[in-house]
Amino acid sequence: MSDWLSPEEWTAVGLSLKVALTAMAASVLPGIAVALLLERGRFWGRQALDVLVHLPLVLPPVVVGYFLLLGFGRRGPIGSFLAEHFGIVFSFRWTGAALACAIMGFPLLVRAIRLSIEAVDRKLEDAAGTLGAHPAWVFVAVTLPLILPGILAGMVLSFAKAMGEFGATITFVSNIPGETQTLPSAIYTLTQVPGGEGGALRLTLVSIALSVGALWASDWMARRVRRRYLA
Amino acid sequence: MGLDVDIRHRQGAFVLEAQFRSEGRLTALFGQSGSGKTTIVNAIAGLVRPSYGRIVVNGRVLVDTQSRIAVPMHRRRIGYVFQEGRLFPHLNVRQNLLFGRWFTPREQRRASFDAVVGLLGIGHLLGRRPATLSGGEKQRIAIGRALLADPHLLLMDEPLASLDDPRKSEIYPYLERLRDEGEVPVVLVSHSVAEIARLATSVVVLSEGRVTASGPTEDIMRHANLFSRLERVEAGALVETRVAGHDLAYDLTRLEARGGPLTVPRLDLPVGAALRLRLRSRDIILSLKPPEGLSALNALPGRIVSIDEPNGPSADVVLDCAGDILVARLTRKSVERLGLTPGLEVHAIIKSIAFDPEVLVRAPSMDGS
Repeated sequence: MSDWLSPEEWTAVGLSLKVALTAMAASVLPGIAVALLLERGRFWGRQALDVLVHLPLVLPPVVVGYFLLLGFGRRGPIGSFLAEHFGIVFSFRWTGAALACAIMGFPLLVRAIRLSIEAVDRKLEDAAGTLGAHPAWVFVAVTLPLILPGILAGMVLSFAKAMGEFGATITFVSNIPGETQTLPSAIYTLTQVPGGEGGALRLTLVSIALSVGALWASDWMARRVRRRYLA
Repeated sequence: MGLDVDIRHRQGAFVLEAQFRSEGRLTALFGQSGSGKTTIVNAIAGLVRPSYGRIVVNGRVLVDTQSRIAVPMHRRRIGYVFQEGRLFPHLNVRQNLLFGRWFTPREQRRASFDAVVGLLGIGHLLGRRPATLSGGEKQRIAIGRALLADPHLLLMDEPLASLDDPRKSEIYPYLERLRDEGEVPVVLVSHSVAEIARLATSVVVLSEGRVTASGPTEDIMRHANLFSRLERVEAGALVETRVAGHDLAYDLTRLEARGGPLTVPRLDLPVGAALRLRLRSRDIILSLKPPEGLSALNALPGRIVSIDEPNGPSADVVLDCAGDILVARLTRKSVERLGLTPGLEVHAIIKSIAFDPEVLVRAPSMDGS
């Protein structure tokens, strides 16, 4: 089984999984926070935040990647600050690929969570309040469990998006085998070299399998959650 | 125990100006939809912040706009049973019941889980999910959940409105036990005269955002004018009685009221049991002489206390039957023809049909009286 893919191809698959899981995990909490702000918040600039969050969905990925390069590159204002004070470097590292994937998947994550927050019956939260629960506890004990299906769906979307992200990643962190060469970059590279068709096809199959697996997993989780509420 | 409400609140075009006090075990807020009942309980619970006024529960100031006091909802300790139950769908019945307990300091936990489960008869439901419960079961769980948070006052916003009649009768006994055995005073929002007659110890009548009357249930129920025309046919007097005996040959039950004996279709109650009857004004006719040659079985002698003549064809004649107050709805023409005046001795004839099972309601505990 392990010789079905070449070591380089395995590396690309493993790196892609690492990047996608990291991007998904890192964006969950900000995703919930932003979804709450957009859905429940009443503040100046809410509209602007909404547009900002949705930009990656409508901008060409290359543009997002270029913005990241400008902002988070070694000489960019945010990138140099983070490197200097926290030792966090994004440019040409797998962490940069994860950042690009997280940002590209963020609108999908936020939209899924927002929809589930919108569907929450606020009257249940009032009921919890009359039972003595502080607003923070109301969120933890009532709101969060009720929006869990939306969070899971958003996480799967974010993961799937990260597995397929190409434009922003390659623009921001290039295509370095073993460091930033994710599945799509590897497939792209293989299609550019003579005799790479076999490898490209194999990686494509892997990519399809992972995406279908993610969808199936999300469906299974959603059904489990629904059964929990109804049985 | 006491509830003191004096608030003014504006919500769009609707203005609520409510002021009342109640010491009752079960206070009913009565009025048509849009009269402000729910706004009042929401203000007591802290879901609505009144524009102006004071709310005091058992001596504890929850709202006082003048001294800028507004205790946050989760620190009020006011139980709330909503019209639609509002059980948490992601928790099972036991977890729903214990929800409020997580937020009650240990030394303040008084309500016993087993006692509440026993009172409401929900022991067999503990492992179930709310989605699998019937409407009546959900409301019982909602009541239990509110009680187990050890509230100082329990608010119920038409808790039975969404239930059909059989389900309602399934819950009434539990509400009566809560009123008679529970430690928590209750405020019940209702627009059903029958429900109030059965459950309430005192009533606050609301109309278009204002309190039009408040007082003990018996006093309020007599004053038919407080109720709008639609409800007026249902209004009547409340009479406390005891089962005196059964007449097996005719399948009848004899009741003893202060004004005299009453006979009703056989009731499945032991001799001595206390009962509260609602005698509707439209079911009572008056006679100057002891009735003879009438099919009605029930007649009580009494003296006319007052005659209330609103505009329109009818008049309400208030009678004192040895301490029981009855109200008869007559036409003004009959009042004039019979020469009825306060002080006159008459006989109140109660058409037997008035004793349908809906009207025969259990009285609050009469022990010691």
